[in-house]
Amino acid sequence: MRTFAYILHKAGVVDDSATELLTAAKKLDPGASPIAIVTGWGPDLDSVCDRVRTFYGEVWKIGSEALAYPNAELVRSALVKVLPTGSVLLVAHEHFGIDLSPGLSVKLNSAFVSDVLDIDGVEGTQVKVVRQEFGGQISTHVRCDVSSGAVINVRPGAFKAANGAPVLGQIVDMSDEVGALSAKRRYIETLVAESGGVDITKYDVLISVGRGIQEQGNVGIAQELADAMGAAVSCSRPVVDAKWMEKSRQVGSSGKTVKPKVYMACGISGAFQHLAGIKGNPLIIAVNKNPKAPIFQVADVGIVADILEFLPELTNKVREARGISAKAGGRQ
Amino acid sequence: MEILVCVKRVPDTSENEIVLNSAGNDIERDDLVFSVNEWDNYAVEEALQIADRVGGNVTVVTVGGEDDEEVLRREMAMGAKHAVLISDEAFEGSDGKGLATILKAFIEKGNYDLILTGVQADDGCAQVGGMLAAMLDYPFASLVNAIEVLDGKRIKVCREIEGGNKEVNEVDLPCVLSIQTGINEPRYVGMRGIRQVASIEIPTPCAADLGIDPATVGAAAAKVRRVDYFVPAVTKQAEMLQGSNEEIADKVIELAKAKGGFR
Amino acid sequence: MIAIQDWLTPARLLFLIIHILGLACFTYIAARRIAPLVRAERDFRFDRTLVRAGRLLQYWLAQWRHPRYRFAGTIHILIFAGFLLLATRAFYVIIFGFPEQFVLGVEPGAISQFYGFVTDWATTVVFVCAIIAAIRRMVFRPARYAVPARYGKGHPADAIFLLGLIALLMFADSLFVGSAAAAQAQQTNANELATLTLPWAVSTFLATADMAALWNVHLGAFFLHQLTFYFLLCYRPFGIQFHVETSQFSVYFAKLDRGTVKPVRWGVTSANLDQVKSFGVKTFEDFTWKHMLDFYSCADCGRCSDNCPANAAGRPLSPRFLTIKARDYCFQHYPVLGSSTNGQALIGNLYSEDEIWSCTTCGACEEECPLLIEYIDKIVDLRRGLVDDGNVPQSLQKPLKALESRGNPYGKLDKKRGEWAKKEFQQACRVKVLDGKNGGADTLYFVDSITSYDDRIQAIGRATARILDHCGENFGILGAAERDSGHDVRRFGEEMLFLSLRDHNADAIKAAGVNRIVTADPHAYNALKHDYTDIPQVEHISQYVAREVKQGHIKLSRIDNEDAIYTYHDPCYLGRHNQIYDDPREVLDSIPGLKRVEMNRCRDRSFCCGGGGLMLFYEPKEDERIGVKRVRMAAEAGANVIVTACPFCMVNIEDAIKVAALEGKMTAIDLAELVDLHTVRQPQSDLERTQPTELVKNA
Repeated sequence: MRTFAYILHKAGVVDDSATELLTAAKKLDPGASPIAIVTGWGPDLDSVCDRVRTFYGEVWKIGSEALAYPNAELVRSALVKVLPTGSVLLVAHEHFGIDLSPGLSVKLNSAFVSDVLDIDGVEGTQVKVVRQEFGGQISTHVRCDVSSGAVINVRPGAFKAANGAPVLGQIVDMSDEVGALSAKRRYIETLVAESGGVDITKYDVLISVGRGIQEQGNVGIAQELADAMGAAVSCSRPVVDAKWMEKSRQVGSSGKTVKPKVYMACGISGAFQHLAGIKGNPLIIAVNKNPKAPIFQVADVGIVADILEFLPELTNKVREARGISAKAGGRQ
Repeated sequence: MEILVCVKRVPDTSENEIVLNSAGNDIERDDLVFSVNEWDNYAVEEALQIADRVGGNVTVVTVGGEDDEEVLRREMAMGAKHAVLISDEAFEGSDGKGLATILKAFIEKGNYDLILTGVQADDGCAQVGGMLAAMLDYPFASLVNAIEVLDGKRIKVCREIEGGNKEVNEVDLPCVLSIQTGINEPRYVGMRGIRQVASIEIPTPCAADLGIDPATVGAAAAKVRRVDYFVPAVTKQAEMLQGSNEEIADKVIELAKAKGGFR
Repeated sequence: MIAIQDWLTPARLLFLIIHILGLACFTYIAARRIAPLVRAERDFRFDRTLVRAGRLLQYWLAQWRHPRYRFAGTIHILIFAGFLLLATRAFYVIIFGFPEQFVLGVEPGAISQFYGFVTDWATTVVFVCAIIAAIRRMVFRPARYAVPARYGKGHPADAIFLLGLIALLMFADSLFVGSAAAAQAQQTNANELATLTLPWAVSTFLATADMAALWNVHLGAFFLHQLTFYFLLCYRPFGIQFHVETSQFSVYFAKLDRGTVKPVRWGVTSANLDQVKSFGVKTFEDFTWKHMLDFYSCADCGRCSDNCPANAAGRPLSPRFLTIKARDYCFQHYPVLGSSTNGQALIGNLYSEDEIWSCTTCGACEEECPLLIEYIDKIVDLRRGLVDDGNVPQSLQKPLKALESRGNPYGKLDKKRGEWAKKEFQQACRVKVLDGKNGGADTLYFVDSITSYDDRIQAIGRATARILDHCGENFGILGAAERDSGHDVRRFGEEMLFLSLRDHNADAIKAAGVNRIVTADPHAYNALKHDYTDIPQVEHISQYVAREVKQGHIKLSRIDNEDAIYTYHDPCYLGRHNQIYDDPREVLDSIPGLKRVEMNRCRDRSFCCGGGGLMLFYEPKEDERIGVKRVRMAAEAGANVIVTACPFCMVNIEDAIKVAALEGKMTAIDLAELVDLHTVRQPQSDLERTQPTELVKNA
């Protein structure tokens, strides 16, 4: 099988998933040398290809002004033109991959497997993968027939970044093969989320709250701890959906990516979409009433307690330790 | 505007405990309660709001059996004008592509301007909408959290991308969109509403009615198959702190200091 | 001798015209005011005439509710009594008019002398009270009359204007009587008026005036009186004074059945509800005639809002303005002059959704209102309308959906409902599940959802079970067959879901074949007592324990913490709605060494904990939590342990103690838990008693 990996990039910076896909590809076919596909335009495209060639043996560069912004509809028609029949294409399962892959698999007449966490083995043309269902509550093995090729979406962070010796891959310019592109969906612009004054990505310590905070009135309890620690309050998606905090405070795949030193997950169950937003291997302290919460499998330190009781006590201790009174400390 | 919403009846994750059955090969299904897939519900609400604004009707469709009628009725109680249950034994065991094939056949028999699905359902594959669009050759946009109808031929949609940002696109009609949760606040459907639609006839076309070749759907045609359910071995566990809240708080401060998060 | 001529005297044409115009005007106005009521929804209030008549005497005539606000109440009682006493004189003056020459044809007998004495005083008292009331409103401005902008438009000038008119009426009356008395005094040298009254003052002032002047004053006073009388009569239906006419009716037709909720449509049984096209109140016209009458009858006194916990917490709800806004709407859309316009949606125009969802149905407003105006039924009807339109806050949709599919608002598995009584607890106290396999029981312990599923509240369930067990009660629970009682489902407007829950439970209860029901949950108690029919009688655990203690079946041990000061918080659905105030107190007082204080707001003035049932899921906009206010009241009363007899109160109060930062200074305990802790039992193995919770360490 010929294995390809679609490379995500933004403003000339290669996404972490690029190396993760390499690992996944190698697990899929240990002997093969997967080919990276990069679409884009201009100097950004060039610098990305230069970077990608340091870990992929071959890089297919598709440059087209139409692809300056990654419009999945256009990218799909481009890929259909260049991918040989029977290819296996790995794509990161995030907002672009969700947009691109299902339709692509139809156009390529190949199979599609979504949100794969692990590759369990290959038997002939049957690939066995690991997925989750019911919001991550249970795992499942799935068999996919790749005899006519496949598009496989891989969960970001599920595979480790490949860290082999650097290579000098070959860059193949496929731009001409692609030619003119058009689609019935046109990118207009990107609306940047309002930061609302607090940029959680800039903090070393984050006190993060989830559904366990129970109601909007209790967010103040987390805020007091944050004030005492010089930290900021962030949250998981359910808190934003319930309108208890602004979207700018959300950590997760559809929220912000943060790289703090200490991350306190309070009343957060530990859904992977939330964890996907935490990078840089911080000290994760989880406080949750439910001893079986999945977060305890991801956290470094766990505390089974009612956050409404524990956080105020911690706040008092922090104030003592820092020698500040309850009234001091600005609101953040 | 004629709007079609594809819905699915799924075990309700918030009201069920999903556990392995005693045989270890499937989830325990005895006590499950089912409801309409949460994403699909948002999609129906969005469709109803669009129809309110620009005029038109909302049709809901699902592929399944008798049991699945209840979600169709629920969505009709919400306000959908028509419901269709596509049902045939030949459909059993279909994978995502099979499902999309079935829906495509149905859609080609009608005349829909806008087709909505939820981003994903219980299996988290997030695939049917995109596949359907490609089969129909309609433009597609996923993770939609805002829709504005520009005129009879185009709409403007926002997609949810990283960092809470929104990607604005203009899409030609007819098109397929997959709808993200939180796009609106779905209206409540009470028992009364459901009783009021309890006796409405729901058409139930089969494969032959839609001109579907059984060889293209069902288990035999499926390229992707679930083999089993399992619970992965717990490899990592956090160090659980013991003691009084005071002692734990002290330990937390100590750890945070060590990591440089405490000045 | 002053003789009264027959009433055909000069200028009486004018007098007659004013009569006719005045009455015609009033009749027309009254008819216009009644018009919307005639077309309103029906309301069955014509039964139990004797009971209603009795309440009329108690609440209308005896002004039973008024003294709850001592000063204002006294003033009102005086004015009201004065008005009643003066009524005869007023009508006499109106009908018989003035004599031609101050001549009385009949020698005043003892009765009319006495009547004159009484009415002279009445006039004076009313006059003085009206002035005091006006000064009170203008200068002292009691807080409850204030109108925060978010609640609507106030009518402050209205009240003062009317008080002024009342004073004027009294003055005119005094002038009339006084001038006649002055004339008589000049002729007979005897002033028959009671000294120091207003008429007497007038007559003394006019003592030296000449007859012609007196005559003019007398004539003028008559007309002033007549004009003021008719002006008042015709003006009253335009404002709060309409209650003078409508109060008898609002009191007579007031709701008799505490704790119940009106049916969706009077005359339509639950089985036939499918035929009703639209549920609840969506437009003004959907209200029943009695509710519209309530809007007319509001005296804008603010006592309801003054006691409303939602209002105190800064939620958008003010019962007073619920009524006044509706009244103003009615006046505007059903005007006396002009055609009526109707059909405007209430929600979004008159009321906001949050306003309607904010109500905890505690009943404090209804308990205070001197006119017996009803609120809960109206709120439930408005909620029914919202639910019918699918307009339910997202935070409530989840628990409602869970109630439908799992029979409890938490979404927990129905088959695990009886788990709280199993495992380790089974060894301490065997709790039978009445599923037909265990031999039945006399008594059903109806547990309800929160006690079955909430980790903390399960302790109350266990304590209750142990008490019943200790008393040798042959009892059982329904276990997995039990569903939520549906009490708050109904009060949040989801009638069909409530009926479904009720029918399921009623069947399960009948199948269990018990003779009576005990519960520790006042919401369940209220539902089983008032919302359910054809089931065995139900009792709350506090009543049960009170009886068992009196009969000596429960002996209670001494309180060992010297510093503990207890206070009892009356749960709304045990206290106010069902008037069970004494049983819990008797139980507490039978615990030796228990020091108890009462909060200012106790018994029927108890301040709601914040609300139970579905209210625990609703996310209100408020300045401060209702529960926090209540906990502070306990602290102010000098208590450090709050005892309550309701699981929802427990949740709210324990939460509030944390939020108010009173942890360590205040604890809460349920009555059943306290009794269980102090029940003297024969020493048994260690397994018999499970450990008391951390929370009651201090108790």
